[in-house]
Amino acid sequence: MAKRIDVSGLSAFYGTHKAIDDISMTVEPHSVTAFIGPSGCGKSTFLRTLNRMHEVTPGGRVEGKVLLDDENLYGPGVDPVAVRRTVGMVFQRPNPFPTMSIFENVAAGLRLNGGHRRQDLSDIVERSLRGANLWNEVKDRLHKPGSGLSGGQQQRLCIARAIAVEPEVLLMDEPCSALDPISTLAIEDLIGELKERFTIVIVTHNMQQAARVSDRTAFFNLAAVGQPGKLIEIDETDRIFSNPSVQATEDYISGRFG
Amino acid sequence: MATTTRTPTDMPPPVSASGKTAGRAGDAVFSGLSKGSGILLLVIMASIAVFLTYRAAIALSQNEGNFLTTFDWNASANPPVFGIAVLLFGTVVSSVIAMAIAVPIAVGIALFISHYAPRKLAAPLGYVVDLLAAVPSIIYGIWGALFLVPQLAGLNLWLDEYLGWTYVFDKSQPGVARSLFTVGILLAIMILPIVTSVSREVFLQVPRMNEEAALALGATRWEVIRMAVLPFGRSGVISASMLGLGRALGETMAVATVLSPSFLISGHLLDPGGGTFAQNIAAKFDEANEFGRDALIASGLVLFLLTLLVNGAARMIIARRKEYSGANA
Repeated sequence: MAKRIDVSGLSAFYGTHKAIDDISMTVEPHSVTAFIGPSGCGKSTFLRTLNRMHEVTPGGRVEGKVLLDDENLYGPGVDPVAVRRTVGMVFQRPNPFPTMSIFENVAAGLRLNGGHRRQDLSDIVERSLRGANLWNEVKDRLHKPGSGLSGGQQQRLCIARAIAVEPEVLLMDEPCSALDPISTLAIEDLIGELKERFTIVIVTHNMQQAARVSDRTAFFNLAAVGQPGKLIEIDETDRIFSNPSVQATEDYISGRFG
Repeated sequence: MATTTRTPTDMPPPVSASGKTAGRAGDAVFSGLSKGSGILLLVIMASIAVFLTYRAAIALSQNEGNFLTTFDWNASANPPVFGIAVLLFGTVVSSVIAMAIAVPIAVGIALFISHYAPRKLAAPLGYVVDLLAAVPSIIYGIWGALFLVPQLAGLNLWLDEYLGWTYVFDKSQPGVARSLFTVGILLAIMILPIVTSVSREVFLQVPRMNEEAALALGATRWEVIRMAVLPFGRSGVISASMLGLGRALGETMAVATVLSPSFLISGHLLDPGGGTFAQNIAAKFDEANEFGRDALIASGLVLFLLTLLVNGAARMIIARRKEYSGANA
């Protein structure tokens, strides 16, 4: 459970356009790392390179290395499908499968791996829903469609679905940007609990959120529109928000641009 | 799709903040026109139903045979004896064969075009499929009679030899393949484009975020299709199949050209013979007297009801899982 991520010299492209340039960083296990930066700086693109989701976009291409503990995710012979089973992801807009019940949504990933007995399956579903702080709200309607839940509940359902397969790392791409403040708070509390079990990386537009939930914060920026995004600095969250070592970070955090 | 029809009462009442009368007049004209179209549709349907029922009633009141079970069509005899048993059997069997062949292939083509084919190939392929729909049915009939029937001789032999034990594929009579089976294959080709293009549109509408959700869980391409695409497209594929079935049930010229009709019911689908509602009407209408035409109209009414029934059943299937449809995601 919970592995370290070591990124070195990573660039990502959309066709010929370079979206992020030469990024290197380390993400510690059992920690929450937040990515902040202005729109278009490539933080979501970078996040998607960590579970090889970037390459499903037509023209998407990656150079460089991502080590999960000691295994290079971009090494020859590595199956991207296997990578995505190890590195889970939660998206910006809640995206439960509309055709499945709440139960089936959580079980979806388990069914892919196959070989679960019925009783095991319902145990894991319950554990995952509890882990996502959703169990008490849905336990009486597990077999109702997931799309009938509120936005915040749907997002927690997606988190339950992601953690049900016991990934090593959980990636979250602006998980609260489509949610109201109460639901956001519920997800933030949940992130604090989940880091006991997983390595968490979260992209957020909300700097207060980064300050509230993360241990370390990475600031991304781009020189100009059309230029590739770069990692400006990564440091302890307290330091980034009180005394960053780069001027651009301070300008961004204090609201002078972005 | 058909499941999300919107009634006019869903529309918000017209807002007249600016008070422009021109806009209001346009509104009134448009709502009048659309209301008129709706009413016109109902009037047409009702008049067809009334016409069919009235003429059918005349014929049925004088029929000496049992309309449902008689294996014969002697409407001009005295007393008239005619029944739809053979026609109902032939129509249903040929359509079922057509669906069994066409729907899986159509779904496969639609998935290939929407999810597998490189973009450069997808567009022309979709165009070719649509082109199939542009071929007139009499051309299909001629092609079926002159090309398909002789070409199927080999397949018929093979089926007879290896699947003859199933009874349905046992060819008990000699003769060319002017059979219900051949008609089914021809109908399958004819309904392929409509089923394919509607399914393709539905598959293309699967939200990208649902497919990404499956991918991020570690689904392979096929698993993405099974998890996100097919369930989402299910009701659309059913609707598409019903459109295809409607065409297969009512197809006239192609069937009339290929089939060698007879008033026998045989479970040996490779044997020549049999008939369908539409084929029988086309074959007999010209030479029938007034009463004979009424009898044919009675058989048309049954086809009308059959189509209605099939559509109703399809709607029920779709409605039963409505809350799970992608529409309310």
